[in-house]
Amino acid sequence: MSRSWRAIAIPAALLLSWEIAADTGWIDLEFLSRPSQILIAGITGLTDGTFLFTTWQTLEAALFGLAIALVVGVLVGIVLGLSRFSEMMSRPVVESLRSIPSIAFAPLSLLLFGFGLPMEGMIVAYACTWPILITTTAAVRHIEPRLIEVSQALEMNSFQRVTKIIVPAVMSRVLVGLRTAVGFALVVAVTVEILINPRGLGYGVMIAQQSLKVDVMYAYLVWLALLGIAVNALLRLADRERAA
Amino acid sequence: MRPALYNTLAAAAFTLLVLILWQFVVEVGLVNRLFLATPSQAFSAIAERALSGTLWSAVLETAQRMAAGWVVAVLFALLLGTAIGNSENAHQFLSPTLEFFRPLPASAVIPVAVLFFGLTATMSTFVIAFGSLWPVLLATIYGYVKVPRELREVASTLEMGKLRYIATVAFPSASIDIMAGLRISLALALILTVVTEMQASLPGLGYEIFMAQRTFRSADLYAGLITLGAFGYLVSHLLLLAERRLLWWKSP
Repeated sequence: MSRSWRAIAIPAALLLSWEIAADTGWIDLEFLSRPSQILIAGITGLTDGTFLFTTWQTLEAALFGLAIALVVGVLVGIVLGLSRFSEMMSRPVVESLRSIPSIAFAPLSLLLFGFGLPMEGMIVAYACTWPILITTTAAVRHIEPRLIEVSQALEMNSFQRVTKIIVPAVMSRVLVGLRTAVGFALVVAVTVEILINPRGLGYGVMIAQQSLKVDVMYAYLVWLALLGIAVNALLRLADRERAA
Repeated sequence: MRPALYNTLAAAAFTLLVLILWQFVVEVGLVNRLFLATPSQAFSAIAERALSGTLWSAVLETAQRMAAGWVVAVLFALLLGTAIGNSENAHQFLSPTLEFFRPLPASAVIPVAVLFFGLTATMSTFVIAFGSLWPVLLATIYGYVKVPRELREVASTLEMGKLRYIATVAFPSASIDIMAGLRISLALALILTVVTEMQASLPGLGYEIFMAQRTFRSADLYAGLITLGAFGYLVSHLLLLAERRLLWWKSP
């Protein structure tokens, strides 16, 4: 058996027995639906635009959060990276904030912003700030000291030093942190939607389950998995671009 | 003054400054008290609940829930990872299927789990296990794949059987990577514990934070967040300590 046949052997066997079991009535369709029906639900969701609309809502919140996280993470990371003292000083505060799972802030964020994009985006931002902050701090610390000396010799002010020397020097490392953050962003956004926020893919899954449209629920899950695979593939592509 | 002591003092001073600032912002009414309790209120809420014992019961519930899901995840991941990492057949049959499920946000399986198990502890165990499986699985496979070639050669010279090779050579060699995976997955398990508690009204810290918000008890909300942070910090450090113990032969 060739490699690609082996790859699809198990999923194919599962899907086939699922479909047959549904036909013969061995399984409860209210819980499990059946592959053919899920496929139809998926195609319907894609063609009538509901999947794309909810996907956009989720991506929007993820991007909103990522943008905030990038700005905050890089700025604070530069400060903490430039001065060892400031890092030591703020360590207990940073470490204790970082220990709180971002999702636990969902109730608080709801209280502050109400339902909608901002409350979700802020939680994404909280989760994504840490990897960016940590990689930026490490990156700034590892800047070639001679670059800083050059900036001093050129009598740059601190703003110029940050924009002309530090930011370009740390860019590639910050991207590593950003890569981790992108992975977090989608997951956190979907989680907030499942938990509280009535918008996006997470809410779509939740509502499908509550209204007992299990075929739609499974179709959403397949779509989410495909989306995750696509995001990972994009990130890998970006990595290769950077390495090249 | 010694620099270490100086740094500690500075860190303490900064932490205190943040707390005072927080207290001040609420006291003068810059933000609505409905949203933001003062740190003194939050800490006295913690103290009160610690004395009455409700704090410990919530922490215990969360710890048990997290441990149940995590242990299931680790067992599954070790079994699957050992199979995939040591057998090309298992790798070719299983990996593609697993790769499909891996990018799925763990929280997205909550609706499915609720459908099958209802709002029960089984549901939370399933979701936590599903979500925290992946880091250990990947780390295990990676650990086996990068067993040094010399070790493999020694094993084949000694004509070790596959199981013996795994137990005496490959697993100890892979354990360093596995440990790193365990730490990441424990953090994930705690997050998913909180999520499932909030979603399914299961007792624990997550549920208490959720209820504090619902009933506008902001002191309890912050008390819950602080407790959760302390708990997460403690758990990850305990695991780090255990790791150093278990891998004593590896440390310099």
